[in-house]
Amino acid sequence: MSDNSSKNAYWSANMRIIKISLVIWALVSFGFGILLRPLLSGISVGGTDLGFWFAQQGSILVFLAIIFFYAWRMNRLDREHGVEEE
Amino acid sequence: MDQFTINLFFVGSSFALYIGIAIWARAGSTSEFYAAGRGVHPVTNGMATAADWMSAASFISMAGLIAFTGYDNSSYLMGWTGGYVLLALLLAPYLRKFGKFTVSEFIGDRFYSQTARIVAVVCLIVASTTYVIGQMTGVGVAFGRFLEVENTTGLLIGACVVFAYAVFGGMKGVTYTQVAQYVVLITAYTIPAIFISLQLTGNPVPGLGLFGNDVASGEPLLTKLNQIVTELGFNSYTSSNADTLNMVLFTLSLMIGTAGLPHVIMRFFTVPKVSDARWSAGWALVFIALLYITAPAVGAMARLNITEMMWPNGGVNGGAVAVEQIEKDPKYDWMHTWQKTGLLNWEDKNGDGKIQYYNDKNADMETLASEKGWAGNELTKFNRDILVLANPEIANLPGWVIGLVAAGGLAAALSTAAGLLLAISSAVSHDLIKGAIKPSISEKGELLSARLAMAVAIGVATYLGLNPPGFAAQTVALAFGLAAASIFPALMMGIFSTRVNNTGAVAGMLAGLVVTLVYIFLHKGWFFIPDTNSFTDADPLLGTIKSTSFGAIGAAVNFAVAYTVTGMTKETPQVIKDLVESVRIPRGAGAAQDH
Repeated sequence: MSDNSSKNAYWSANMRIIKISLVIWALVSFGFGILLRPLLSGISVGGTDLGFWFAQQGSILVFLAIIFFYAWRMNRLDREHGVEEE
Repeated sequence: MDQFTINLFFVGSSFALYIGIAIWARAGSTSEFYAAGRGVHPVTNGMATAADWMSAASFISMAGLIAFTGYDNSSYLMGWTGGYVLLALLLAPYLRKFGKFTVSEFIGDRFYSQTARIVAVVCLIVASTTYVIGQMTGVGVAFGRFLEVENTTGLLIGACVVFAYAVFGGMKGVTYTQVAQYVVLITAYTIPAIFISLQLTGNPVPGLGLFGNDVASGEPLLTKLNQIVTELGFNSYTSSNADTLNMVLFTLSLMIGTAGLPHVIMRFFTVPKVSDARWSAGWALVFIALLYITAPAVGAMARLNITEMMWPNGGVNGGAVAVEQIEKDPKYDWMHTWQKTGLLNWEDKNGDGKIQYYNDKNADMETLASEKGWAGNELTKFNRDILVLANPEIANLPGWVIGLVAAGGLAAALSTAAGLLLAISSAVSHDLIKGAIKPSISEKGELLSARLAMAVAIGVATYLGLNPPGFAAQTVALAFGLAAASIFPALMMGIFSTRVNNTGAVAGMLAGLVVTLVYIFLHKGWFFIPDTNSFTDADPLLGTIKSTSFGAIGAAVNFAVAYTVTGMTKETPQVIKDLVESVRIPRGAGAAQDH
C-alpha cells in the first residue's frame, strides 16, 4: 500500500472532482431547471423555454454524463495513485 | 378475444417467466439470499437496480401527476434521477469497499455502536414500510383494472401475490428476475408512448415529440396544450405556478432520499469491484433515464388526449362531450372500465346531457360557467394513478398494447415491493435479531425470521394502503423524505468525516427521523390514519413547506445535531479513523464478509 502523503493526494484529488461534478449537478437541476429559469425564458424550445427542457429532460442527460465521467476519471485516478484493486 | 382475456394472457405469461427464473436461481445460503453471491456484471446489476428502483410510483403514478400539474411536478423527474449522482459520487464505491451486506452494518461498524446500528435499522424499516404503502396503492390500481374489480379487492389480491413472490427467493433469484421485469416494464412503457407520439406529432421518439409540432394544428404540441387547458381555467402546463422554495426542497428531498434508500444501496454491495460500483450507478441511471425521458411526454400527450376527448368539438365553444356519446361510442369504453374500479367518475350535475370538464376552483371561470349554465366540473373523479394504465385505452391503441401495459405496471410494482420487503426482512433478521438480540441464531432461524418480517411488513402496508396518504408517487415521496432525513446524512458523515462519533451519529439520525416523521404525521395523520392530521399540505405548518418536501430540512437537522453532539462528546477512536481512511481507497476490497 502507498504511503500517507500519496493517500492524501488521492483523496484531495477525489474531493476536487466531486466538488466540480456537484456544482454542475446543482446548476442544471436547481439552477437552470428551477431558480434560474426566468433568465432562460428568452431561449425557446418547442413551444416552451429552455428552463422547462432542463427541468424535464436536460438535467437527466447531464446527470448521466456526470456519473460516467466520474467513473472513468476515478478509475484512472486509482491507477495514477496506485490504489486500484489488484 | 376480449380485453380481459388479453390482459390475463400478458400478465399471466409475464408472471410465469419471473417465477420460472426465480425457481431456476433459487437462493440457498444466507449470503446468497442477501447479496446474490457477488457475481453480477455492472450492466446486469444496473438493469436490475433500475427495475428495483422504478416502482409503481415511476411507472403507474408519476406521469399522471405531471400530466395534471405540468412543469411544477418536474421535481419528480429531477429528484428521482439526480439522486443517482449523489449515490455514484458519495456512497456506492465506499460502501462497496467497506464490504458488508447491509447499510446498518456499515453504520454500526463506522460509529462503533450497537445502538447506532439499531437506530439505523429502525430508520430503514420506517422508510421502507412507507415506501411499500405507496407500492400497494399502485398494485391496487393495477390489479383492480386488470381483474375488473373494485380497487380494494384489487389491493388485497395484489398483496397476496406480492407476498408469495417475495418469499420465493432472495436477491439472486430477484436479480435475474428483475432483469426480465425491467425488459417487460420498459417495453410496456415505451410502446404506447411511441404510438401516441406518432399519432400526435409524427415523431416516433416520445421525448422529442414532446417538443415537436402537433400534427393536427401545426403549432408546437406544448403551445396547443397550454392553450386548451388555460381555456378551461387550469394553470398553463409549462409555466411555474408553485412555490419555488417548496419545489427546491422537494427536489432535494427526493435526491438525497434516493441515495439513502436501503434497497437501492444494497444493490451496490453485489458488484465484484469498487470500480464496478461506480459504473453500476451509471448503468442504472441509463436504464432509468429511458423511462424518465419518456414520462414527461406521456404526461403531456395524455393530458391533451383526455382534454380533447372531453371537448371533442373543438374546445369550449364547440360544446362538451354528450353523456350519450360516452355511453355508446366505443372510443369512450375506457371510462366505463375505469368507473368499475371506483377511481374515475362523472356526473351530469346541470342535467344538460353533457359532461363539462373544467376548473371550477378558478374564480375567472365563474362568469363563463353561469353564462353557459354549467354547475361545476362534471368529471368528478379522475385518480392520477390511473393515467398511465388508461393511456393506451384513451388513445384507442390495439388490445395487445393495453395488455402489455397491465403487465408492465405489475412488473414495476412487484419488483420494487419485493426489493423493499427483502431490505426490511434483512434489517430485522440480520441486523436486529442476529446482530443485536440473539447472535447465536441458526441460519435456518434467520431465514425464518426474515420471512416473518416480510409477512408483517406487507400486512401493515396493505392495511394502510386501503386508505393511502396520497397518490402512489406522493406516498413514495414521503418515504424518500424519511430516508433523506435519517440514513443519507449518517452515511455521508461516516465516509467524509473522521470526526463524527457514535453519540453524534445516533443523536443526528434520531433527530432527523423524529422531526421528519412528526412533520409528516401532522400533515398526513398520525400513522397515516385519516383525519388525525392538524395541518394540510395546502396550508402547511411552516411557510410553504409541504410534508413531502420536509426531508431536506430533516437532513439538515440531522447534520447539525450530529456535529454539535460530536463536539461535546468523546473523540472518535484511532482505529475507527483508520477504518474511514481504508474505506476511501479502493485497494484491498475483498469479497464482503459476514459477521
